[in-house]
Amino acid sequence: MTSQALSVGPEVVIAVRDLVVGFGDKLVMNGLDLDLYRGEVLGFVGGSGQGKSVLTRTILGLVPKRSGKIFLFGRDRDALPLEERRALEQRWGVLFQGGALFSGLTVKQNIQMPMRENRDLSQRFMDELAMLKIELVGLRPDAADKFPSELSGGMVKRAALARALALDPELVFLDEPTSGLDPIGAAEFDELIGTLQETLGLTVFMVTHDLDSLYSICDRIAALAEGRVIAAGPMETMLASEHPWLQAYFHGVRGGRLSGAHAAQE
Amino acid sequence: MRQAAVDRPEVRSVRAGDALRFSLLGDWTLVASRLLENSASAIVEEGRSARFAIIDLGGVSRLDTAGAWLINRARQELAEAGVGVVIEHARPEHDILLEEAHFRLFEAPLRPRTNPVVDFLAELGRSVYTAGREFYLGLGFFGEFVSVLGLILGRPTTFRVTSLVYHIESIGLGSIPIIALINLLVGAIVAQQGIFQLRRFGASSYTVELIGILVLRELGVLLTSIMIAGRSGSAITAEIGSMKMREEIDALRVMGLSPIEVLIVPRVLALIVALPMLTFVADMSALFGGLFITWTYGGISPAAFLSLLQEAIKLNTFMVGIIKAPFMALVIGVIASMDGLATSGSAESLGRQVTSSVVKSIFMVIVMDGLFAVFFASIDY
Repeated sequence: MTSQALSVGPEVVIAVRDLVVGFGDKLVMNGLDLDLYRGEVLGFVGGSGQGKSVLTRTILGLVPKRSGKIFLFGRDRDALPLEERRALEQRWGVLFQGGALFSGLTVKQNIQMPMRENRDLSQRFMDELAMLKIELVGLRPDAADKFPSELSGGMVKRAALARALALDPELVFLDEPTSGLDPIGAAEFDELIGTLQETLGLTVFMVTHDLDSLYSICDRIAALAEGRVIAAGPMETMLASEHPWLQAYFHGVRGGRLSGAHAAQE
Repeated sequence: MRQAAVDRPEVRSVRAGDALRFSLLGDWTLVASRLLENSASAIVEEGRSARFAIIDLGGVSRLDTAGAWLINRARQELAEAGVGVVIEHARPEHDILLEEAHFRLFEAPLRPRTNPVVDFLAELGRSVYTAGREFYLGLGFFGEFVSVLGLILGRPTTFRVTSLVYHIESIGLGSIPIIALINLLVGAIVAQQGIFQLRRFGASSYTVELIGILVLRELGVLLTSIMIAGRSGSAITAEIGSMKMREEIDALRVMGLSPIEVLIVPRVLALIVALPMLTFVADMSALFGGLFITWTYGGISPAAFLSLLQEAIKLNTFMVGIIKAPFMALVIGVIASMDGLATSGSAESLGRQVTSSVVKSIFMVIVMDGLFAVFFASIDY
């Protein structure tokens, strides 16, 4: 490995070091550190406007950073030649908050888009793979030839997840996967993410507000406030934290009720 | 450190009696693209000759759903050819994937067979029907607009003057530079062509008459209307359409306000006020463009131009253009607002409505101009 490599174990999929991101004279991230381990589901929480989405977009390379380092699969992103970076970027899939399905294409064509552009496959194989992904995310086969505008909110999320999984990525970014879903749909989606994570061996980075998701599928939680990660660890660490925002988040009216319920279950 | 480089998928076969043993090596992942597909079909090709086939996954370093699917498909295809298949040395995580991607047939969606001629006729019929329906709805909307206008006249204190002034500014004042510029150019072009063509008959002084009548009667108002349909008609459709998408129109309705009164009347009235004024600007700049070119290119002095112009045109020549303007404005405004209100939830629908609004209003402006030409000719104005 080159000199830019970080001395971390191979299990760290994404490492962010001393990240600074700002717009104008406002700093959104100020010296942020974060690690994402292989095979885990990391829940990322933070108040509205604290920059959860900005961090995701910075890691994905959609927002420029002022300083700091981002290591993808152990390699410094800035030091990589463009082609290798493209290759690394194909090892992750992204589920955007609104789904971001291409509106002019059917669900099947949406899923085949990354295959068609990045791989050389026969049409038959692409059709089979697309249908397999559609089944994998729990959509009915007849959804394949529908356009995004004909789908319900939950179906859009599932179709978008199928597209994110099109190239069989190792790492999946989920931006508020359960927002806009009813509690039943949200619970089903959580379960789906959990199942896929187990069967496909995925690493999941999930930005969420949904306390239920945090309790049910996240192995670890990282909390963002004041431009840095104020706490990271399993739920117990979060509940034990003294930070006022975390106290309010996990012991507030909604969080308190859930932590009580989960304590009673165990 | 984990290597990004991928081992190519590979198949090695060993024959033992009537059994074939396939050892799979390398990464059986989608990264290998066509090579992965070819490796899988190689198994099927070769396996057909045997009675038994063993697929040994012991040497596979990585497997994903695509690889698992192909292995399952190969197994299925061999089984159909009467070959017994056993999968060996699959690791537990590979077993999960093989189970998840077990072979199944995906039935192709039913596509009803259609006759292209019937399709074409059906499409034609549908578009005729839609056009007729849109005209009918347009008349209905126009009626609603007039009745709301009547209501406002009954209680003039509720009229939204601020809104009207704002829209006159954005439609009228904002369009002056571009309207003046294109009409200046068109006036100049007509003058140049007039001089160039009429010179052969020694009649270049008639160019002034040509410019005067053509610009004042037709070109000024027509170009202005087309420009405004593109510039302000599209803006009105987009504004009202996006308000419809964000449920702002519904919010107005539940507050007991009429969207036509609040949003559409000020915009259409602003168009009706602004368009004649813009037509005047257009006339003047086109005449100026003509004057400039006849002077520099045709050698007709500005004083001669003005006196020739005075002989060629009368007040009614100018009035014909100006009278048409408010009617053009009404057509543009009504079509633009109606298309805006017809927007449904999606962003594509907004785009379609804006396009249709501009196309329809430009078409209707030209149709109206033709009707006016017939009308003015028959009353000899």
